[in-house]
Amino acid sequence: MSEISPEGLAEQAERAPRSEPDPGREVGQPRRRSEDARLVSGRTRWTDNLNPAGTLHVAFLRSPHAHARITRVDVEAARRVPGVVAAFGGADLAEEQGSLPCAWTVTEDMKVPAHPPLAVTEARYVGEPVACVVARHRYAAVDALEEIDVDYEPLPAVVHMEEALREGGPLVHQELETNQAYRWVFENGDLDAAFRDAPVLLERRYVQQRLIPTAMEPRAVLCEPDGDDFTLYSATQIPHILRLMLATVTQIPEHRIRVVAPDVGGGFGSKLQVYGEEVLCLLLARRLGRPVKWTESRSEGNMATHHGRDQIQRLTLAAERDGRVRGVKVDLLADMGAYLMLVTPGIPLLGAFMFNGIYKMDAYSFTCTGVFTTKTPTDAYRGAGRPEATFAIERLMDELAAELGLDPIEVRRRNWIGHGEFPYETVAGLTYDSGNYEAATDRALALFEYDKLRAEQADRRERRDVVQLGIGVSTYTEMCGLAPSRVLGSLAYGAGGWEHASVRILPSGKIEVVTGSSAHGQGHETAWAQIAADRLGVPFEDVKVLHGDTAVAPKGMDTYGSRSLAVGGIALYQACDRVVDKARRVAAHLMEASEQDLEFSGGRFAVRGAAAEGPSIQEVALAAFAAHDLPDGVEPSLDADATFDPGNFSFPHGTHLCAVEVDTETGRTRIRSYVAVDDVGHVVNPLIVEGQVHGGLAQGIAQALYEEAVYDADGNLTTTTMADYLVPSAADLPEFVTDRTETPATSNPLGVKGVGEAGTIASTPAVVNAIVDALRHHGVTDVPMPCTPERVWRALREAFREDPDPNPSAAPGAGGGLGSAGGAR
Amino acid sequence: MPRIRVEVDGVPYDDDVEPRLLLVHYLRDRLGKVGTPVGCDTTNCGACTVLMEGLSVKSCSVPAVQADERQVTTVEGLGMNGTPHPMQRAFHEAHALQCGYCTPGMIMAAIDLLRENPDPSDEEIREGLEGNLCRCTGYQNIVRAVRAAADEMRRQPEREVTP
Repeated sequence: MSEISPEGLAEQAERAPRSEPDPGREVGQPRRRSEDARLVSGRTRWTDNLNPAGTLHVAFLRSPHAHARITRVDVEAARRVPGVVAAFGGADLAEEQGSLPCAWTVTEDMKVPAHPPLAVTEARYVGEPVACVVARHRYAAVDALEEIDVDYEPLPAVVHMEEALREGGPLVHQELETNQAYRWVFENGDLDAAFRDAPVLLERRYVQQRLIPTAMEPRAVLCEPDGDDFTLYSATQIPHILRLMLATVTQIPEHRIRVVAPDVGGGFGSKLQVYGEEVLCLLLARRLGRPVKWTESRSEGNMATHHGRDQIQRLTLAAERDGRVRGVKVDLLADMGAYLMLVTPGIPLLGAFMFNGIYKMDAYSFTCTGVFTTKTPTDAYRGAGRPEATFAIERLMDELAAELGLDPIEVRRRNWIGHGEFPYETVAGLTYDSGNYEAATDRALALFEYDKLRAEQADRRERRDVVQLGIGVSTYTEMCGLAPSRVLGSLAYGAGGWEHASVRILPSGKIEVVTGSSAHGQGHETAWAQIAADRLGVPFEDVKVLHGDTAVAPKGMDTYGSRSLAVGGIALYQACDRVVDKARRVAAHLMEASEQDLEFSGGRFAVRGAAAEGPSIQEVALAAFAAHDLPDGVEPSLDADATFDPGNFSFPHGTHLCAVEVDTETGRTRIRSYVAVDDVGHVVNPLIVEGQVHGGLAQGIAQALYEEAVYDADGNLTTTTMADYLVPSAADLPEFVTDRTETPATSNPLGVKGVGEAGTIASTPAVVNAIVDALRHHGVTDVPMPCTPERVWRALREAFREDPDPNPSAAPGAGGGLGSAGGAR
Repeated sequence: MPRIRVEVDGVPYDDDVEPRLLLVHYLRDRLGKVGTPVGCDTTNCGACTVLMEGLSVKSCSVPAVQADERQVTTVEGLGMNGTPHPMQRAFHEAHALQCGYCTPGMIMAAIDLLRENPDPSDEEIREGLEGNLCRCTGYQNIVRAVRAAADEMRRQPEREVTP
């Protein structure tokens, strides 16, 4: 990038400087996490660790067929196994088990099939539960499953989305008379003008393979009855939503159900769900009057915990010869799997407003068709809709650059929204409040040594080196901080997107912060304490953060969509300010001063301009507790709540650059260097932010190189274990170079945006772009994901017009089989 | 039913166990030592890693009977007199954990790695921890933590060798 001069760099850096943390403030400090002490010593409360007296263990028998009629379930022999307390088939619970909820009716005519927690008459994916056993030990429960006799009449599997939509083909749900769940359309701008006679027209088909989220903690549920009340512990991201949904499904009144998310070992979207096992444990505890517990095995979970991604994307991009994009058309097939779970149909639509990326264009259209197949239902997985969109547009921008013979950075520069153009209303109808793509890109180019690597690439090409170097670019943005309730309403989502916080000052001056955002690895206990410590002017150590229990934190919308800080953190900020306002009245009374004359700084009140210090907020709290001398009409409490509903999404962005070395003889890809410069606005704890970026990168790179849920032609999942589904290890991943620019969000008082998904969203296209860039001079224009050595090798051989294998095997196997519906065929 | 005598984190136990009972379930369900979690059923993830006679084993693939007459150390047995083990401290300092589910196994595997190689390179750390999966951290800070713990443990070897 010869255009970038050192002066230019300095100028850009000046425009988006990173703020240095104020040593006197908590926000901005790389605090070590308060959570760690219990986690590094094994003193944890994972759901499976909990064992109330008399706990019974549940095991589920699951369908071995992708699609079958269930004609008989006989559990009698299982009931006679020593230690077995009960066993049930779906029909035994049909009257009470209800149907699992879908909270997002994306179109009025969306087809919503019934989804009984235990299948009653038909099983529609391998792994769907059909019967259960309750026993005194986990081994006894699993043993007894063998004694259950089920008669199945196999029905045809529906594996590929494109075939599923063909007239007259087999149906997943006979009663719906179609495999199409919905069709959702968005259009803006004059498409005809943009696409008619376009000097450059690119058409591409990309496949977002099906992924298995694979949180390290498998799911677990424990339900403890207490008379007519029930406490349900679950490894869930969403205790509040789960409570409401359990009440809705089972008709047990909401106030009789308490949901606790104790320590939760990661989620990545997979625990943003209302699962059949949760409903069934509740019903079994009610029937048996004893605590019941179910803990998933990994191979069970790979089939039964929802999957992510799985789209076929047909994309058209129209551009001028100078690289300016005129418009983009998107036509998606999105695999729903066999049922619509909590937000299944809405996931691809979270990408509907993101296929334009950071670029200006005149016209845009987006069509998504949701398709039923006889596979595990899909739903949220880290990024949820936005990684798919970002992949598409960032791959297209590289393709456009190649088409025009331009540098991929230059093509982006010619199209992106300039720093001075914010706030900017995009062609997809969102208003990006802030951003500085120039600064992030310049910083990334400098850290990456872009020019040097381009020179090396040219040299290797010249030398016809067996190992070719490729450089991949991804200048992404995403929408997070889910979500303004009005927007959710306009999209027909079943709830709002606010978040709640409470702040309590105890008589001793210690602080309890209650948040509705329930963490499972994100470090809220630390970051929330940092925010409260600053706003209230109290020591960090004086703040305790409570979450994840509907009895303790009764209001909340939970944790997903990089929303915790940008929504929940702001609720906390506002609640703290309300506490200070209340304290101000009491302090003014105690100081015999007027409220307006008081200032609050460093946790203390003082009369403005006066030398003498007044009471600390903690002293005021004690006075409020004693309540001996309060102003008339003032209640004896400083506690306050706040519920924050964001006015807009937040839009983190950044520039990721990836260099790969591809061995053209073996197809093996090695990431040589990876630079991520992210702009997530102001930062509460840089240590936590960096960790989130690292982990996000790992998952995005894993999609590009390693992971795929593979189904065979009969609808059997062949990647049921960690031996078959390749979650990368330390040896499979590179060292990352990370940095940040800081352009604050204007939509919230902390200027924060959210960081949980950025790394995942950005990295997948950066890696694939790099691989294609390494091989493009050989004629390769795409490699389907995951870009395994075999696939890279095949892409090269096809480009060389050599038949890689006269009789290509259709045998399934991780990364090499039919893949996701429609797959990389 | 076979009878085993096993010492776990310094405490002797004497128990009848089914031959098929896995060590991790013996630890969790019989001894209440739930600090060691289970992450998979194919010995891929390493979350259940403990030390047996000082060597790391995945306790989901060891029958409890194999621990007969052996000494087992779990993450709960690390540290001395209330002071955390240098590896535990390093994980905290380097932010080498997020959800923390893989952490007990990762720490035990890392301790065994340093027993074999007290001064590993980053690459040797990555290769050495290949059998332990983490979904949150991207491993970078884990590598950092293990390196820092190695430095610390080489400085004070005798105090830190035995957990």
